[in-house]
Amino acid sequence: MQAKHISQPSILYLNGVSVSFDGFKALNSLSLDLRPGELRAIIGPNGAGKTTMMDVITGKTRPDEGEVIFNNRVDLTQHDEAAIANMGVGRKFQKPTVIESLTVFENLELALAGGRSVLASLFHKLGARQKERIDEILVLVDLVQRSDELAGALSHGQKQWLEIGMLLIQEPELLLIDEPAAGMTDVETEKTAELFKEVSKKHSLVVVEHDMDFVRALECKVTVLHEGRVLAEGSLDQVQKNEQVIEVYLGR
Amino acid sequence: MKLGPVTQFLMNDTAGKYLLSVLLGIALVIPALNLMMPEGSALHVSTYTLTLLGKYLCYALLALAVDLIWGYCGILSLGHGAFFALGGYAMGMYLMRQIGDRGVYGHPELPDFMVFLNWEELPWYWFGFDNFFFAMIIVALVPGILAFVFGWLAFRSRVTGVYLSIITQALTYALMLAFFRNDMGFGGNNGLTDFKDLLGYNLQSDTTRAVLFVASALSLVLGYILCRYIVSSKLGRVMVSVRDAESRTRFLGYRVDKFKLFVFVVSAVLAGVAGALYVPQVGIINPGEFSPINSIEIIIWVAVGGRGTLYGAIVGAVLVNYAKTYFTAAFPELWLFFLGALFVVSTLYLPRGVVGLAEQILEKWRSRHAASLETSGQNATGQAASARDHSPPEDEKNDDAGTNRKSAVELSTN
Repeated sequence: MQAKHISQPSILYLNGVSVSFDGFKALNSLSLDLRPGELRAIIGPNGAGKTTMMDVITGKTRPDEGEVIFNNRVDLTQHDEAAIANMGVGRKFQKPTVIESLTVFENLELALAGGRSVLASLFHKLGARQKERIDEILVLVDLVQRSDELAGALSHGQKQWLEIGMLLIQEPELLLIDEPAAGMTDVETEKTAELFKEVSKKHSLVVVEHDMDFVRALECKVTVLHEGRVLAEGSLDQVQKNEQVIEVYLGR
Repeated sequence: MKLGPVTQFLMNDTAGKYLLSVLLGIALVIPALNLMMPEGSALHVSTYTLTLLGKYLCYALLALAVDLIWGYCGILSLGHGAFFALGGYAMGMYLMRQIGDRGVYGHPELPDFMVFLNWEELPWYWFGFDNFFFAMIIVALVPGILAFVFGWLAFRSRVTGVYLSIITQALTYALMLAFFRNDMGFGGNNGLTDFKDLLGYNLQSDTTRAVLFVASALSLVLGYILCRYIVSSKLGRVMVSVRDAESRTRFLGYRVDKFKLFVFVVSAVLAGVAGALYVPQVGIINPGEFSPINSIEIIIWVAVGGRGTLYGAIVGAVLVNYAKTYFTAAFPELWLFFLGALFVVSTLYLPRGVVGLAEQILEKWRSRHAASLETSGQNATGQAASARDHSPPEDEKNDDAGTNRKSAVELSTN
């Protein structure tokens, strides 16, 4: 089954993944292949299975069938959320989820790689290099000035950015990002697209998005999901010309 | 003044410093006034009052344990009375064995209730309780192990919220029914009582009572320092993260169930210690201590005091229990109505409890004071603003974080 992957390195390979909830097939034998360092946008109408796909990859939902191979090595369906996160898969939720009663700095400190056990965190001391690392991320996500403020006091867009910063500071190999542009202003959306392009130089990214302008700004390969399977794949222009895609989005 | 990094977490805790000073103060003054002032003197503290205050201190330690798990980790345990009672029973068993042949039936080994039930010998689980240190280990071990097993099952299966609260109620209720049974071997309905002495010292003597009072105060001080250390560490921030955004924490790579389990066990052990200190002071432990109502009352203490602050739990436990002492004497039939009203009022109007209200008033007074002086950069926002231009010394920064965090509690409880 992995013969093809020995010759072609892949960061994430979904092979025939199916999930059903009470008879409803949320994912229907979905297959997807992502190269290391690739930036990929996933689009699709509501109920296409985008979020379920994220849940399967990050260990929240166990699929009925199929496998999810990370880095040509590990089958992620055999592990739980925390283990998958520590292997290097970061996930950003659709609704910005930061820890509101901690400061921006403390949010990043929690996300910082290492010290995940109970005892390690009880005796944890923040080193100078780790502080530097947090400062770097603060610059990257443009939150230097708000470092000591509570995350709950940030604007919606800033929370999205903080959460992205929390993902990046974990230094994951693969980032899964669910609708980052939702609720952002045009300027913020543009900045976010720029940030992702920058980030994709070092990490692999999967971005689920509704906003076509944002997807266009990402300038990357696009996968269209529909009824739990891949409907089309290619550049945004190719995909938008695809008859089936047009029918799914506009028809009926 | 620098006291080294070890005590840094305490230096940043202004309210805690006041609290610890007060506790250490009363640990010295109250017993001194009891033992040294002649009876009839205006400054004399009666042994009754001393014992009553000692009881409050035990309740305060229990409330502290509940605040650690509820206020910081968001786990509403409605069964903490069970851990308190188990600690109390372990101490009670030691005290029973201390009676020796001075019981009503004069049996050299068996406690009275066992003779009454025609038992021939001590059940196996009573062995070792004639040794004080063994009993003290059990005081911590039994609540700890119960919390570990219970928590392991519940947190691993991701039982949260109201479901967890309900099963903790069921736990304490089940234990109450079990301890009511005579053949459990814990004295059934009557529980354990008629204690004579502790480590050879007469429990009725004023000196012993004073020592127990001091021990309660010191345990509360140590318990507070332990809890403050935990919540100021990164582990404390993980706890807050579990409370505010559990699945986010999990996707950051933390095993949420293990963190919950750790805090639950620490909290249960503290509750057990509180129970062990309580029993020799009140002179009895019976299955009524397992009653679900007791566990709910602890929640009220913490809510009234102000959850998620640690010192608030202590203030709440003392205030509510003082009110209880007063009301049950003056208007016995009104006490439960008053307790209910207190809970409703504090939930509706005091989301941050009494200490939250006090802080609000203090802050208002401070900002008015600052405004009248027209000094720049004195209040918190001014400091935060200046932090942007030139980073202030470490201590000031921490102060900022502190005031911010307090308003966060307000946000989350609203």
